[in-house]
Amino acid sequence: MGTREPSLALDETNNAFVRFDRVQKSYDGESLVVKDLNLDIPKGEFLTMLGPSGSGKTTCLMMLAGFETATHGEILLDGVSINNIPPHKRGIGMVFQNYALFPHMTVAENLSFPLEVRNMGKSEREAKVKRALDMVEMGDFGGRRPAQLSGGQQQRIALARALVFEPELVLMDEPLGALDKQLREKMQFEITRLAHNLGITVVYVTHDQTEALTMSDRVAVFNDGVIQQLARPDMLYERPDNSFVAQFIGENNTLEGTVKSLTDDTAVVELDGGLQLQCEPINVDNVGQRTRVSVRPERAELNLNNLSQDACTLTGTVQEFIYMGDIFRTRISVAGCDDFIIKTPNSPNQKRLSPGQNVKFGLNKKDCRALDP
Amino acid sequence: MEVADGTPLKKSLARSLRKEKLRALALIAPLLIFVLVTFVLPIGTMLTRSIDNSIVEEILPRTVLALEDWNEKGDELPNEMVFRSFVEDFQDAIADKNHTKIGSRLNYEVSGMSSLFRKSARKVKKWDLTDNAPIKQKLIEVNKAWGDVETWAVIKTHSVALTNGYFLNAVDMQRTPFGAQAQPENKQVLVKLFIRTLKMSLIITGMCILLGYPVAWLLANLSNRTSNLLLILVLLPFWTSLLVRTSAWKVMLQNQGVINDLLVWIGLITDDSRLEIINNQFGTIVAMTHILLPFMILPMYSVMKTIPPSYLRAAKSLGATNWTAFWRVYFPQSVPGIGAGSILVFILAIGYYITPEIVGGTDGIFISNRIAYHISSSLNWGLASALGAILLGVVLILYWVYDKIVGIDNVKLG
Ligand SMILES: Nc1ncnc2c1ncn2[C@@H]1O[C@H](COP(=O)(O)OP(=O)(O)OP(=O)(O)O)[C@@H](O)[C@H]1O
Ligand SMILES: [Mg+2]
Repeated sequence: MGTREPSLALDETNNAFVRFDRVQKSYDGESLVVKDLNLDIPKGEFLTMLGPSGSGKTTCLMMLAGFETATHGEILLDGVSINNIPPHKRGIGMVFQNYALFPHMTVAENLSFPLEVRNMGKSEREAKVKRALDMVEMGDFGGRRPAQLSGGQQQRIALARALVFEPELVLMDEPLGALDKQLREKMQFEITRLAHNLGITVVYVTHDQTEALTMSDRVAVFNDGVIQQLARPDMLYERPDNSFVAQFIGENNTLEGTVKSLTDDTAVVELDGGLQLQCEPINVDNVGQRTRVSVRPERAELNLNNLSQDACTLTGTVQEFIYMGDIFRTRISVAGCDDFIIKTPNSPNQKRLSPGQNVKFGLNKKDCRALDP
Repeated sequence: MEVADGTPLKKSLARSLRKEKLRALALIAPLLIFVLVTFVLPIGTMLTRSIDNSIVEEILPRTVLALEDWNEKGDELPNEMVFRSFVEDFQDAIADKNHTKIGSRLNYEVSGMSSLFRKSARKVKKWDLTDNAPIKQKLIEVNKAWGDVETWAVIKTHSVALTNGYFLNAVDMQRTPFGAQAQPENKQVLVKLFIRTLKMSLIITGMCILLGYPVAWLLANLSNRTSNLLLILVLLPFWTSLLVRTSAWKVMLQNQGVINDLLVWIGLITDDSRLEIINNQFGTIVAMTHILLPFMILPMYSVMKTIPPSYLRAAKSLGATNWTAFWRVYFPQSVPGIGAGSILVFILAIGYYITPEIVGGTDGIFISNRIAYHISSSLNWGLASALGAILLGVVLILYWVYDKIVGIDNVKLG
């Protein structure tokens, strides 16, 4: 499944750095964990694989690293098929979820290990280890054992170890999963900074969507072994291709209904509550088809004067009003949907609604996306 | 620091904790007594028995006293007084039926003493000592041996209450009037036996490491179902009697046994050149390696189980070949398991008795077989205790050396 953004589409003959070509994977010979994966990653890109647990992200990463073999299809690195190249010859850096720092070696020895197995001279090794430690701001910790470091420090060392032998491709499998929120945000920033400074290609796995959206050049949303959408973070949020992506990324309102009429750029949907809504036709082909209309909570407009011409107005009943500091969160029942959420910024002239009150709001056509049922 | 009423804080803390400590002590008291009775007591008795020699002084008190003035290094016999004291002591001992005890005690040092005492007793028993007639010549007439300086020298040198004699014997030396001296060559067996025991225990430990490591690795890395099955196979030997397993080796390895038959059948050896693989060191090593293998595998397995597979993957992703990844990353982390298994197997092997006894023949037996012999056949418990004490010392020293080299903290027993 491709993206709709022409600038991001890779032409067939280009030099994708990493290419998954019709890759399938099955562990038990009965079910496919990865189904027909096609993915091109250009050099220098930070690509994130995002998806719920069990969707096959780690499996894809392991196939790329060489620890699992693809049941079908080919994986190419820099134009060369690597299906038959053992992991240690692939030259791919890897950061593991539990860091996998060798406990019996000091930090410096850990970093020196990949250089030693490449038969690098001692002085050169020491220089590189020092540079890598400085890069992650851990210059003074070379003599310590991994067990004597905090989680965040171990994380940095794992990162430095994956980068010290200067791989062009680095894989990271939920590297920040074990850290607390604050540290995670700091590390997110550092990882992206390092990746861009060094110009390396990164394939990053996470199931934290904020992480995916803030760090990546592109995000591949996985579900059930299939890439549901591959797009820039903003596209992913604002223009989800299907209901799964709309639901999975950010908060989403779903209104169910039936397509009444359909033109190239407009689908009129009759909601189950009886109202009619003008929508962008994304995933609908026929009149009479069931559909789910996806609307982001902050796109519902309470100030009716701000609406464009193709907007529809709806009336609902306030169920709940929650004060959240920077925003207000209002739960409304409208058109057969009991948990339609509206988010409004906390500004001086924003009215506060109270439960039971009727409220009128508008939805612009471009914010209503008619997706698969 | 002081508490409110002026007593120092430390003191008042100690007082408040004392009650708790006493209660805790009372709770573990039964266990403590049990350990004391079953563990500390036997070892303590063994250690005292290895130096205790009060028997001579108890049974022949007057003789020992009278002998003090006699020079055992010269070639003159003791005087009439010594002979008289001895006969008095001897008659008392016969009355108490103690004379065979002293006979066998001295027989450990010089053979023939036991029968000398036994035979002389029959005659000396009836002597009347009240007439003060000279007794020296009379006793020598009973048995010529009483006219030997050596007989009396043996009594004198072994009359001390605490002796180093047993320990000297244990290292192929003896206590003589002229100090500690080496045993005659044909009696020097024990040091050789100690060295053999250590050497063979080391070989057995080494074999167990070689054979156990791959098995433990398999156990730790196979899927749960398969590894459980394999673990049962490893533990299976524990469910059959040690005797049965050892005897099975006898059946396997003997001259007309399975292995030899097989080798003859496939033509590797001819019928008249069947291999001698039992009742020698080879047989002992094979059987004991088999019997002690689980004690190596289990600690190794429990350590390997805790090494996550991601370390090996990490090493390979960093460019290490399979072998380098194993040797530099996996193996060092499994060393505590090897250490624990080796200590366990080595210490068990060094004191093993049944298997060498059955399959060891003459040159495959261990020091413990000798200890058993002295306990049940020669009844020289002092020597047996001294051998046991030395064995204990060797184990403790090895343990200490091991701690210095590997570090006992690096050992994981589970
Ligand atoms: N070694 C294996 N043997 C058999 N099945 C496996 C194996 N590894 C993974 N699976 C199965 O493959 C599917 C995908 O697993 P994978 O580890 O790729 O998921 P994931 O997307 O990384 O999930 P998570 O976010 O929880 O890490 C799961 O259903 C899992 O049960
Ligand atoms: Mg995963």
